[in-house]
Amino acid sequence: MGKTVAEKIFDAHFVDNPCEDIFVIRLDAVFCHEITTPVAINDLVSRGKDRVFDPAKIKAVIDHVTPAKDSKTALQGKIVRDWARRNNIKDFFDVGRNGVCHAIFPEKGFVRPGYTIIMGDSHTCTHGAFGAFAAGVGTTDLEVGILKGVCAFQYPQTLKINITGKLPPGVFAKDVILSVIGRLGVNGATNKVIEFAGPVIENMSMEARMTLCNMAIEAGGTCGICYPDQTTVDYLWPFISGEYASKEAALAAFEAFCPDPDAVYADEMTLDVSDLSPQVTYGYKPDTVRPVSEMEGTPVDQVYIGSCTNGRLEDLRVAAAVLKGNRIRDSLRGIVSPATPDIFTKALDEGIIKIFMDAGFCVTNPTCGACLGMSNGVLAEGEVCASTTNRNFFGRMGKGGMVHLMSPATAAATALAGHITNSTLYSA
Amino acid sequence: MKNFNGEILFLDRADINTDEIIPARYLTEITKEALKPYLLEDLKFDGFDPAKDIAGKQVIITQSNFGCGSSREHAPWALEVNGINLVIGESFARIFRQNMFNCGMMAVALSKEEIDRLFAEFSGSPATLETDFANNRFTIKGNNREADIGFSISGFDRALVEAGGWVDYADVNY
Repeated sequence: MGKTVAEKIFDAHFVDNPCEDIFVIRLDAVFCHEITTPVAINDLVSRGKDRVFDPAKIKAVIDHVTPAKDSKTALQGKIVRDWARRNNIKDFFDVGRNGVCHAIFPEKGFVRPGYTIIMGDSHTCTHGAFGAFAAGVGTTDLEVGILKGVCAFQYPQTLKINITGKLPPGVFAKDVILSVIGRLGVNGATNKVIEFAGPVIENMSMEARMTLCNMAIEAGGTCGICYPDQTTVDYLWPFISGEYASKEAALAAFEAFCPDPDAVYADEMTLDVSDLSPQVTYGYKPDTVRPVSEMEGTPVDQVYIGSCTNGRLEDLRVAAAVLKGNRIRDSLRGIVSPATPDIFTKALDEGIIKIFMDAGFCVTNPTCGACLGMSNGVLAEGEVCASTTNRNFFGRMGKGGMVHLMSPATAAATALAGHITNSTLYSA
Repeated sequence: MKNFNGEILFLDRADINTDEIIPARYLTEITKEALKPYLLEDLKFDGFDPAKDIAGKQVIITQSNFGCGSSREHAPWALEVNGINLVIGESFARIFRQNMFNCGMMAVALSKEEIDRLFAEFSGSPATLETDFANNRFTIKGNNREADIGFSISGFDRALVEAGGWVDYADVNY
């Protein structure tokens, strides 16, 4: 019987099958940030087990509130910083070198096809874009991962989603995934891995695939997975050129983690995106999705462009193309947060940052802060934000605030109009 | 083993997310105890007032997909420090469910019919639940009624509860 991507990865990382369908697997990487790791570190210390299973396989960043906004967040950063130093964790990204975890770790080449990765962060599913099994976990799973390099999961069931047709101009990976979540519902993929397949995915950049996989969790999915291909190899080549004789050799090795033709899926669905229009959420759950045209005119107080979903260079380029030469409405604030220092630098070099600033945007350092209402753009009660992030829960970006999720193009157009609207840049 | 008995808090809404269970603004805390005053602070629906309804409760009965959203284990911790170690619902988000058992707590799924019955017969007046862990049974009393309902959890979940959580289990086994 053929295997899915996740089944192949699980079988290659088998440690134990303690009972029923529970599999303990070996981890290739454990990612850490300063919000969910300190309690694990403190617990390890109190147990007299302040060590890590392999310092080279642990990557850590301060990203949620950075630079620290108060004494409490300063302490969280310090706990992670001190721990990384004393445990010889070389890949630790401190203030100035830090970025949003799910943007900076792939950018550094830490994610490879076939890898198993956990992190104390639900959007860890992002890294499945590389053909990896990457899952968000809680602090206890993280703690055991740090100490033992293993994690327990149900043997994966997979939902395969074929994305067919051709994306119309002005419609992006964000619109595709919002549409998918709208169809699946917020628990439509619970306990399942989602494989994204089909010609639309094959034509997507790694950035777009990460946007897609990033929101698998919003349908309850354990991980979103795209098949490793030439695009994956090209992205990773600077990091793997010493490991493979050629790109062809790398591709051949990575293709071992594509599904077998006779793989068995828990479910399959097909979505033809040829007629898809830009999408936006209207409620307090990510599955409350409708076309932007139906939300036209909804006033907003803030526009936020950034996050692990849509804070990458490609996203900033799209938003800048919409903004170029225009000013955002005085009735709202625009905030952009390039997701990593490298993205920030490239956006500077390309003149993108100047376009944002000329348009009246506030440009912040790379951070998760605004997305979850912790810093750098928290909403006041009753305010509305048009956002390129991934969650629209009530109060997510600030107590009593409302969030409408959308693509960077729609967010930029909304900033110019002062209310939710489609970008005219892409109209025929 | 933790306590799985006590007064029931009925939360009659599906898809209660971990931002509602414990808002991100409190994730700057590094002790579990510090989360105690903020449990369910952002949960808003008719018939629920976190300021009045949580005190004294030790079991939650709710609808489907409880604990969706963020992976924050602060959600089970906020429950734990309020004396709530058992959540019963129609279904749970994967990470939240695992976090509960990883902490030696329980998230137990019952059928929609059973959940509907518990809401119909017991919500709205004081009710208590008793767990017979060895025999997989809940006894619910209140509203001049009594219900006896069987439940099932996996052998792994059971082992985690008995071990006191995943760290202790993994330390022995891996």
